[in-house]
Amino acid sequence: MRPAYPPIVFLTLQCAANGIRRKGIKVAIKDGLERMATAFKDEQTSGHTPVQSDAVVVRFAGDSGDGMQLTGGQFTLSSALAGNDFATFPDFPAEIRAPIGTLFGVSAFQINFGSSAIDTAGDQPDVLIAMNPAALKTNVGSLREGGLIIADTGEFNQRNLDKAKYTSNPFEDGSLAKWQVLAFDISALTLEAVKPFGMGNKDALRCKNMWTLGLALWMFDRDRQPIIDWLNAKFAKNQILADANIAALNAGHAYGETAELAGPLKQYHVDAAPAPAGLYRTVTGAESISYGLVAGAQLAGLKMFFGGYPITPASAILHHLSRLKEYGITTFQAEDEIAAICSAIGASYAGQLGVTSSSGPGIALKGEAMGLAIMTELPLVIVNSQRGGPSTGLPTKTEQSDLYQAVYGRNGDAPMPVIAARSPVDCFDCAVEAVRIAVEYMTPVMLLTDGYIANAAEPWLVPDLEEYTPFPVEFLESVPEDGFKPYARDHKLKRPWVKPGTPGLLHRIGGIEKEVDTGHINYAPANHQAMTDIRSTKVNNVADSIPDQIVEQGAAGAKLAVVGWGSTYGPIKQAVRRKRAEGVDVVHIHIRHIWPMPKNMAELLKSFDKVIVPEMNTGQLKTILRDQFLVDAQPVNKVSGQPFTIAEIEAAIGSAL
Amino acid sequence: MNDMTPVKATTPKDWETDQEVRWCPGCGDYAILKAVQRTMPEIGGTPENTVFISGIGCSSRFPYYMETYGFHTIHGRAPAVATGVKLANPDLDVWIITGDGDALSIGGNHTMHLLRRNLDCQIMLFNNEIYGLTKGQYSPTSRVGTNSPSTPYGSVDRPATPCAFALGSGARFVARGFDVSKNLPEVLKAAHAHRGAAFIEIFQNCIVYNKDVFEDFAAPKGADGHQLWLRNGEPMLFGSEKSGGTKGIALDNVGLTLKVVDVVDGDWQSAGVIVHDVTNRSLAHMLVEMPFGEFPMALGVLYDDPRPTFNDAVIAQNESASAGKAPDLGKLLAKGQTWTVAEGHPET
Repeated sequence: MRPAYPPIVFLTLQCAANGIRRKGIKVAIKDGLERMATAFKDEQTSGHTPVQSDAVVVRFAGDSGDGMQLTGGQFTLSSALAGNDFATFPDFPAEIRAPIGTLFGVSAFQINFGSSAIDTAGDQPDVLIAMNPAALKTNVGSLREGGLIIADTGEFNQRNLDKAKYTSNPFEDGSLAKWQVLAFDISALTLEAVKPFGMGNKDALRCKNMWTLGLALWMFDRDRQPIIDWLNAKFAKNQILADANIAALNAGHAYGETAELAGPLKQYHVDAAPAPAGLYRTVTGAESISYGLVAGAQLAGLKMFFGGYPITPASAILHHLSRLKEYGITTFQAEDEIAAICSAIGASYAGQLGVTSSSGPGIALKGEAMGLAIMTELPLVIVNSQRGGPSTGLPTKTEQSDLYQAVYGRNGDAPMPVIAARSPVDCFDCAVEAVRIAVEYMTPVMLLTDGYIANAAEPWLVPDLEEYTPFPVEFLESVPEDGFKPYARDHKLKRPWVKPGTPGLLHRIGGIEKEVDTGHINYAPANHQAMTDIRSTKVNNVADSIPDQIVEQGAAGAKLAVVGWGSTYGPIKQAVRRKRAEGVDVVHIHIRHIWPMPKNMAELLKSFDKVIVPEMNTGQLKTILRDQFLVDAQPVNKVSGQPFTIAEIEAAIGSAL
Repeated sequence: MNDMTPVKATTPKDWETDQEVRWCPGCGDYAILKAVQRTMPEIGGTPENTVFISGIGCSSRFPYYMETYGFHTIHGRAPAVATGVKLANPDLDVWIITGDGDALSIGGNHTMHLLRRNLDCQIMLFNNEIYGLTKGQYSPTSRVGTNSPSTPYGSVDRPATPCAFALGSGARFVARGFDVSKNLPEVLKAAHAHRGAAFIEIFQNCIVYNKDVFEDFAAPKGADGHQLWLRNGEPMLFGSEKSGGTKGIALDNVGLTLKVVDVVDGDWQSAGVIVHDVTNRSLAHMLVEMPFGEFPMALGVLYDDPRPTFNDAVIAQNESASAGKAPDLGKLLAKGQTWTVAEGHPET
């Protein structure tokens, strides 16, 4: 299989000067070349060359008058300053000012930049920024499938559509279905941003390119200051123009930040690699989870009720499921996170599969209701698309810092199974697994993903649903021979699921401690001890139904195990692969079932001399491993809102041995 | 097997559980429980198709005492749980039991949205103007100056008016009663007959922490002069010779407010007494805000004007969006941007 996560390596800087013609940039390039020397030295020290070219290709396209070359040039500058390698390809019409809006008047600037050696400007853009219909028409064909289109809808009026020879609006006729589209009125947003400067409409609209550049800078996490400096220098004699352009730049940047568009924006180009035969498609983590939940509900033979509340980066799941009503899905946008989970609990009580989803802050709000689901022993799936925290934190940045919240984060002794997806594709199987555990054990289950997984797209070998074993739910529908007890248990300690409406099985449940078997209110000391033990044992019993932990690369007994979970899969895999190729005795273990863990985990972990745990938090899985197995797991932590690089994990492996 | 069970009329006894009722002796909740158990057979309810859902508080123990399905949820969240229950199975008759703290303080948001959406259910808000279960703190409906453990010098914040809150939230049915009133079953029946969210405020006497705060209108003595029982199509009359004469509610055409007028010799028409129209929303707004003292307490069905329900709309949309579509997950997964990798070849 191809890497699920685009490998990222330490940056080498190799300034390609094509496309850069401005005086101001030379300084930056000079500076960059000096840094390049340092980077080369580092690389020689580390003793390997990057084996894979990981890069992003962005094409800015617009009318000749839209200033695309300027935009591209400035973006190139920011790439250089960010330490990226890059190559550029300016493509502009021969005419200085071709008629506005025409196909031949389109000007484009393409840049391929990345974290390893870049030799070309890229065959296919990953991102196309199209400032008008003509730019879209002439450039979209080369956009890679699944790539991102950012377009200014303000220019998509009938007149411009006609000029571009569109017979229908491409945003409405489905012709862009194979790409991701972010279309909004950049023209209007620019006018609004530069309003204070009292410019005429025409002049004001000329700031559109800076607005777009601002958005692009936000997308790739670039510093605005060099561009601001450049604008101030360029318009030194007309401060209003300088200020207006800076305002537009800032507004575009702010738009990205406040609209929380991180979703589809970070696009990495991954080279084709040998892959198993079959039908493929692209899938994002949010899509994959949605489909997995649908598949899980079908395998359980249940209708699904999804209660959600908008939050970045989890909303996409609500969006996807709300379009799948024909699969027996009811979606409910609740008034808040608490109502979202409570409505899902209500639906589970009534006999459907209750599902809710959120991100860290919303998950915190749901905590009390998770306790209710644990106490009433109802099936429920809670999806947490983690983001940087605490509090509002970094809504569009990825992090793995909700593991404590997932495993420990409720009042009382409140055990709940937790599983974590490693990649967008893995989300499908994890969602199916979450549903299985929820209904087979009558328990809420938390499924962890993160902002990266939720929004990232990757190729997916479309699964054959016939290969999934159904786990049909059997509701209790009549009084058993030995009488009906709402909290009677099977061999797994699961209690019966009774749909309201069933004659003869009337009963009451709630959050107050239950009497063993009968479910009546009972505060007796021995009863609480017994029920606490039962709830804990029941969740531990989930381990009977999950496979043993496998070692991804290598085998038990090595000198060092790198143990990960979630979206660190890609960089850990690559780092361990490289180190093993160098002859280092290191293995990779990646945990899906975090609570309870596979039964062989203790023995497996104890077979290694050393264990390190790279995580995008301050050491949460590390704590759980120490707590559960008394192993000397050592943390490798990163909480910058950015994923690990391969080199960082290689370095950690190096220093552990 | 679909054996038809012969429909057997229930009795109040059929709606009682074997659980020991644990409210304080003399609590108004007992009377409400009895009224509900008396009402259920009269509305033709079936225990297995009835669900009582509550939050937290003294009132929220209610489901344990009803021989139906029941869910004692968490503080303030009964409306949210009820929404999931009703959407998952619209055939269930859903009753929400809540209190002034549960529905208007911690759960105010859910109450508002349930009413706005118009989920088909009954919401019985037991208003005792106090937090009983936590031992007597003042509540969002406590009157200014209420002395309580948390307000030893008297509460300073103005109380919410539950029925005004309900109307403001878009409720299409608003009614009032009180625990020991003989008219309570009649109000409950009207609420049940209303399709949509039916909001019933029930004044309930907390004999331990807020004893007799409703006595000024609920006490049998002088009741007819203090209680205005509203009935659709009937003039708004109250009082008797004993209470100082028959009176009525009329509109002050100058100030556009309600006023109390004397009715002489039963001639309410010439006194301008308003005929109650449960579909008149403006009138309902005036009735819920009528200050007691100067006016009698408006009781009974204040407002009843059904609109399409949330659950019907959700299900209709589920059906229309699904119409003509054959759900095939395999096909769905293989849809969109796909490509095929041939055997023995790298990706194409």
